[in-house]
Amino acid sequence: MGGTGGDARVWTARAVVGVLLLVPCVALLWVPSYTRVKPQLFGFPFFYWYQLLWVLIGAACLSGAYVLTVWLERQRKAARR
Amino acid sequence: MSHGVDKVALAVFAALFLVVTVIGFLAARWRRAADLMHLDEWGLGGRSFGTFITWFLLGGDLYTAYTFIAVPALVFGAGAVGFFAVPYTVIVYPIIFVFLPRLWSVSHRHGYVTPADFVRGRFDSRALALAVAVTGILATMPYIALQLVGIQVVLETMGLSGDLPLIVAFAILAAYTYSSGLRAPALIAFVKDGLIYLVIAVAIIYIPHQVGGWAHIFSAASKKLATVNPKTGKPFGSLAIAPAGRWAYGSLALGSALALFMYPHCITAVLSTKDRNVVRRNAALLPAYSLVLGLIALLGYMAVAAGVKPAGGNAQLAVPELFNTMFPSWFAGVAYAAVGIGALVPAAIMAIAAANLFTRNVYREFLRPAASPAEEAHVSKIVSLVVKFGALVFVLGLDKSFAINLQLLGGIWILQTFPAIVFGLYTRWFHRHALLAGWAVAMIYGTRVAYGVPVPGKPHSHFGGPTAMVGLVHSKVYIALTAFVLNVLVGLVLTLAFRALKVPAGTDGTVVDDYIADAGEADVRDLPSLVEDAAAGSPARASAPEAPTSPNR
Repeated sequence: MGGTGGDARVWTARAVVGVLLLVPCVALLWVPSYTRVKPQLFGFPFFYWYQLLWVLIGAACLSGAYVLTVWLERQRKAARR
Repeated sequence: MSHGVDKVALAVFAALFLVVTVIGFLAARWRRAADLMHLDEWGLGGRSFGTFITWFLLGGDLYTAYTFIAVPALVFGAGAVGFFAVPYTVIVYPIIFVFLPRLWSVSHRHGYVTPADFVRGRFDSRALALAVAVTGILATMPYIALQLVGIQVVLETMGLSGDLPLIVAFAILAAYTYSSGLRAPALIAFVKDGLIYLVIAVAIIYIPHQVGGWAHIFSAASKKLATVNPKTGKPFGSLAIAPAGRWAYGSLALGSALALFMYPHCITAVLSTKDRNVVRRNAALLPAYSLVLGLIALLGYMAVAAGVKPAGGNAQLAVPELFNTMFPSWFAGVAYAAVGIGALVPAAIMAIAAANLFTRNVYREFLRPAASPAEEAHVSKIVSLVVKFGALVFVLGLDKSFAINLQLLGGIWILQTFPAIVFGLYTRWFHRHALLAGWAVAMIYGTRVAYGVPVPGKPHSHFGGPTAMVGLVHSKVYIALTAFVLNVLVGLVLTLAFRALKVPAGTDGTVVDDYIADAGEADVRDLPSLVEDAAAGSPARASAPEAPTSPNR
């Protein structure tokens, strides 16, 4: 990307975007962390409600990443002018 | 089917089917362009779709009849492993968030219609582009066939047997796709999603109430999964993944997620959006469907708890039979229509995408380099018919016992285009010939290994499942992912070799800035000229587009 490389806030935002995108992937690919039946929630075994919960967390992470990316693109466009 | 024709359900189904047929034909006038005879219009809906329409279009595209039938069928038959669809559709979005905006930008700068167009421009290799295009078409065919299987299953449940109803349904689909292009599935997707959300909302509230609550559903499933399958001598499955199945579960999720947006129909939907951020916004909004998908998967357990015994032990009939048992006829008709229409939307987009690939990367590239935009659109329309007919033959001719495995074989192939497309979006370090060699090795390896997997309980049978033993991790792993690793390794080693030997790498038709360009910026044309640039590989500063400019922007 470039243009505003020296700006610490830009680099922090990029790092946060990276983490937000990585977290849901790592959580769900780490299969041994959730392949059990207990504790149950509303009758759902852990294996099921935990993964469904990650659908929501994943959506929240991506929304955060989206907001930051929009800000980053604005910075990039401003730097170009 | 033992029971006769369910007249009420059939009437509701037919009425809803008629509604979407009318919508399909009227779609040609929606957001009307001056001239549909241009591939950007017929094949990409004028590249004008915003967040809202794209959400429905992609939702209709990704979450298909396969979702409704095959995922709960797998959960019904094998338990927890079928739930891989949930992690799969969670991790797919971070992945596309990263690379699709770059593909969008470079495609808009250069007027690329297909992923193979991009590979052609980036790597200056007709062979590699052809490989990507052919893989896309090959992988899409069984996927379209899978949608047909979905329609067939509900028709059977309603008591309509024989091939004729399926042929009629598909003829209608073919006719409005031909006349309206991508606008038809985009508009029908609204109806499809409305119906699916309605059916799922009713199903997850009403059915658990009827069969004794969620706790009972899971305990009934647990009991059934623990019984020994007479065919294999092992239990059917388990409620949570057994230690031996962890690699399979994770690799199925990851491999499917990496593969999903290599499918031409997904890329088609992405390229039809009007700016870069529509793609990103949708990555954040589409998980709403993943939640629904998770609940749909659990319909498999509901079928167990409701004591559904599908005819002939065919797990694919489990969910339609569940609706048949639990719902009054009229609502069962609505549910069947949701599945049937859920098959039409993706089938239409897939046929369009496959047709675009053929037209751009085979017909124009190798047969008629001087084809005009109108000729391209015409050829695409014809090919979309041929593709659908091919899928129909595929379904009527092949063993349908596990539709999901057909799709998974396509998944093995399509993932092998990932290095050329996605690595290509970031770096040109890989040598074009090395990418081609990696692709070829992985295609042969993946097909060979999948061929060697026997159906459980049937030695010497083939294509029995998506996973195979990998010695390195002492577990079964998704074949697509193993083949992909091989693909990348071959690509790496051969790139080093070709570079050392100074084999010409071709000219890059793109520049760094192309990958971050957004709508409204210099050189990002609304209606790119399809004639000049891709072939020449030149930056898109070409003369005015030959095609008539669309009035609505």
